[in-house]
Amino acid sequence: MKAWRRQGRGDRVRYVAVLERPEASVLRGLMGQIEQMLTGRGAEAPDDELASLTGIRTGPSTPPEDPVLARLLPDFASSDEKDADDLSSALRSMREPELIEAKRAAIATVLATCPAGGGRVELAPSQAEEWLAAINDVRLALGVALEVTEDMPEQLPADDPRADHLPVYHWLTWLQDSLVMTLTG
Amino acid sequence: MPPDVRLSAPAEPEVDERTEEAADEATLADTPWQTIVWNDPVNLMSYVTYVLQKLFGYDKAKATALMLDVHHKGRATVSSGSREKVEGDVSRLHAAGLWATMQRAS
Repeated sequence: MKAWRRQGRGDRVRYVAVLERPEASVLRGLMGQIEQMLTGRGAEAPDDELASLTGIRTGPSTPPEDPVLARLLPDFASSDEKDADDLSSALRSMREPELIEAKRAAIATVLATCPAGGGRVELAPSQAEEWLAAINDVRLALGVALEVTEDMPEQLPADDPRADHLPVYHWLTWLQDSLVMTLTG
Repeated sequence: MPPDVRLSAPAEPEVDERTEEAADEATLADTPWQTIVWNDPVNLMSYVTYVLQKLFGYDKAKATALMLDVHHKGRATVSSGSREKVEGDVSRLHAAGLWATMQRAS
């Protein structure tokens, strides 16, 4: 695909790109995986009587054991803060459900606007923002899985088990950066 | 995730050594809170700058300066205020995928 471009003005501004079929397939596949992980985490939320009476959902009070989910849903308190664990637990219970909802909504927007067989993607500004957040979550997940570092090379040695997956990460980096540049340019 | 890839969490950043302060609860309750953004190897400099502008209304120069602090110093205080405000700020930063935490101002 070529870089994103801006079309139209004012209320009618749209951010446009054309994805090849394999690009759309990889993007949608990764989005689907993260969506499943988030949905699974959301289902762990305690289903207590108070919540069903008040309609106020509470989430788990402990961080996810899965390192990818732990990166997507980090603790709230700095680790050197007084009573950091208690504060993080309380805020996680209170805020994790809405955070999961926001992330799932962003992924849903990507899946709704990116044709499964590839093709033209046309985004209103609010949709472009959701694309940025969703692409970022996928990059964070891959970053954990591929042990990405600041000075990650373009290519890894062929015998590195991560070598085949790194190009996808770099493509997503480009896809996100190109959209940021088009939004702010 | 690819099954042949080992999963690992990002390393905890190094944190300044701080002396324990014997502040009583009344003083602590009045202390303002800060929102800290931490460096991580995935978030793009362009995206971090964009998010700081979008969420906090900072101009490009201020957002860029904060982003560079995150990048070079490992962390930056991006907002401060009441506990409720900072909770909300951290939550919005998490929604955007930035690595943010909150702490009492020192």
